[in-house]
Amino acid sequence: MTQLSQSNSETFAAASLAAKSGTEVRLEGVTKDFGLAKPAVDDITLRIEPGEFMTLLGPSGSGKTTTLNLIAGFEVLTKGQVLLNGQDVGALPPHKRNLGMLFQNYALFPHMSVYDNVAYPLRERKTAKDEIQRRVGEVLELVQLVGRDKHLPKQLSGGQQQRVALARAIVFNPKVLLLDEPLGALDRNLRGALQLEIRRIHREVGSTFVFVTHDQDEAMNLSDRIALFNEGEIEQVGAPEELYARPETLFTAKFLGDSNVFHLGKVSPIDNAVAWEDERWAVDANTVSPKVASDRGSALVVRPEGVSVSKNRSEVPPDANAVKATILDIEYLGSYRTLVLALGDARLNGRARIDAQSSDFSLGEEVVAWWRPYRQRLVAE
Amino acid sequence: MAATLGETRTAQAAPPKKLKIKPVDAIPLWLRTLAAIVGVYFILPTFIVIPMGFGGATTTFKFPPEEFSVKLFENFFTNPAWIGSLGKSALVGVLAALVASTFGTAAAVGLHFLPGRLPTLVRTLLMIPLVTPSIILAVSIYVSFLQWHLTGSLPGYVVAHAAIGLPYVLVSVTAALSSFDSTLLRASASLGASPWRSFVTVTAPLISKGIGTGALFAFVTSFDEVVIALYLRSPMFQTLPVQMYNSVTVEIDSTIAASSSLMVIIVSLILFIPQFARAKKTS
Repeated sequence: MTQLSQSNSETFAAASLAAKSGTEVRLEGVTKDFGLAKPAVDDITLRIEPGEFMTLLGPSGSGKTTTLNLIAGFEVLTKGQVLLNGQDVGALPPHKRNLGMLFQNYALFPHMSVYDNVAYPLRERKTAKDEIQRRVGEVLELVQLVGRDKHLPKQLSGGQQQRVALARAIVFNPKVLLLDEPLGALDRNLRGALQLEIRRIHREVGSTFVFVTHDQDEAMNLSDRIALFNEGEIEQVGAPEELYARPETLFTAKFLGDSNVFHLGKVSPIDNAVAWEDERWAVDANTVSPKVASDRGSALVVRPEGVSVSKNRSEVPPDANAVKATILDIEYLGSYRTLVLALGDARLNGRARIDAQSSDFSLGEEVVAWWRPYRQRLVAE
Repeated sequence: MAATLGETRTAQAAPPKKLKIKPVDAIPLWLRTLAAIVGVYFILPTFIVIPMGFGGATTTFKFPPEEFSVKLFENFFTNPAWIGSLGKSALVGVLAALVASTFGTAAAVGLHFLPGRLPTLVRTLLMIPLVTPSIILAVSIYVSFLQWHLTGSLPGYVVAHAAIGLPYVLVSVTAALSSFDSTLLRASASLGASPWRSFVTVTAPLISKGIGTGALFAFVTSFDEVVIALYLRSPMFQTLPVQMYNSVTVEIDSTIAASSSLMVIIVSLILFIPQFARAKKTS
């Protein structure tokens, strides 16, 4: 075994890190009350699978960072339990939870070299010197920073600093890696590169990643599943595709991607048609969110890529739902064009995506926007 | 590799080439002259004692000195009363600085991380020794130390001088902490370091300049403190400033000129230490 690892150290670097793979993280009724009008985190229950890449997504102030701090132990629970592999860690101080963490501002120790930063968690665990040397070497290779070990953090670029922080956070095989908007301070190109890096490292080390961000694209790109936060509660949990294609609430639909939104007021979830202004639209039972209830407002949402535009009603297929529209603007985005529309008498703001080559439409033109019922979604407000 | 490393270092250290641009509103000559005069006015009297220290071993002070000799310095270093008091002053100063920097740093760090208004209040309280007239401090220390049998003893001097040195440590460490990023402590905790280990490995190294500066000021404060020392003195235990005081009021001993020069030199050197340390780092 030892001989093998020496002869083929690269494969084994990944293998030895992956060996201690994922821990299950469970939040049971987790609540944090700072004494404000509403608890910052309000009775959250969430199970994160071993080895899963879970993103806590939400606008600022939605409680996602507080939840992460509760898992890390930087905040004390008001109520509820945080369980790691079934063990309640609520009473453990942060340094005994064995969780790695990445911070937005990297939080590298400025007075220590790259090597000393990465060796820090191993030294705190009284690891033998040659073992430290071996593992720091492995992990610096993993984040592609070989040969920089004597540099001080300030001699590195932002992207490199975050790689060092990543190496430091995984070198001790933590049960879970917590990432608190780690790419927020980087420019767009670097962010893309580091997203790839984080995905690759997640695959290679196989531990559970809990990632906090307010950037929907980042969340969609990285995650196995997303927990969408809104005002201290979880609005919806699911794979990125699920959240995008099958939002349960208007908040989810609007937070992830663009939507055309028609507010309907109270509707019954079992109706097979809804009315909006003078239009009557067919509803497919498959597209009704389970949260729609007759005592609660509902909205019909359609993604821009589901909407087609025709010159007049006669061109609209008979089974499609349609609404009259005026073209306010035409945006050219390289691979496609977006028509900015005013929908119906209310002149609601809407969007339709059309072929980039199309030059059929002109500004101010009166048209008909339409979509197949399966492209729409009836959600709760 | 070593070459590239060296190159990047020098590239970082070397400041960008400066163009010589004459500032539009340069400091006018009269202002420079005035500043120089004020500076000399403040510093000169202190340095007058140095030539006086090299004057003859007469019992009268004369400036400029009529002769040149090292007799007074010889006196200073051979007379046990003088050299002994220098040793005691140094010992008290070092111990007081140690105590003041330990407690001052602990207070500064603790108050820095406390929320709310309490820290401001406590900081103000701890600064009181700075603004209280020395005589009041001296009397109250004397009265309380009498009951605790601390007068005329090393512990008594150390405790009293540590108390007046502590505000300096508090100020300089608080200043150092203002640029300290507390996320680093979350990082160290997440990496497995207990609060104490975090302090030793992260906080302390990053605020060491503040602690060092505070300790130096505490030492200097103790080293030239005379009012409290006068109250606490005993025939067995006298610090240098007390010995100097005695030498003019009781004995008329012009060795005080030599000891004053020494004191000025020692204190100046100590206060220059941080400057030298900084210059060395930037070069």
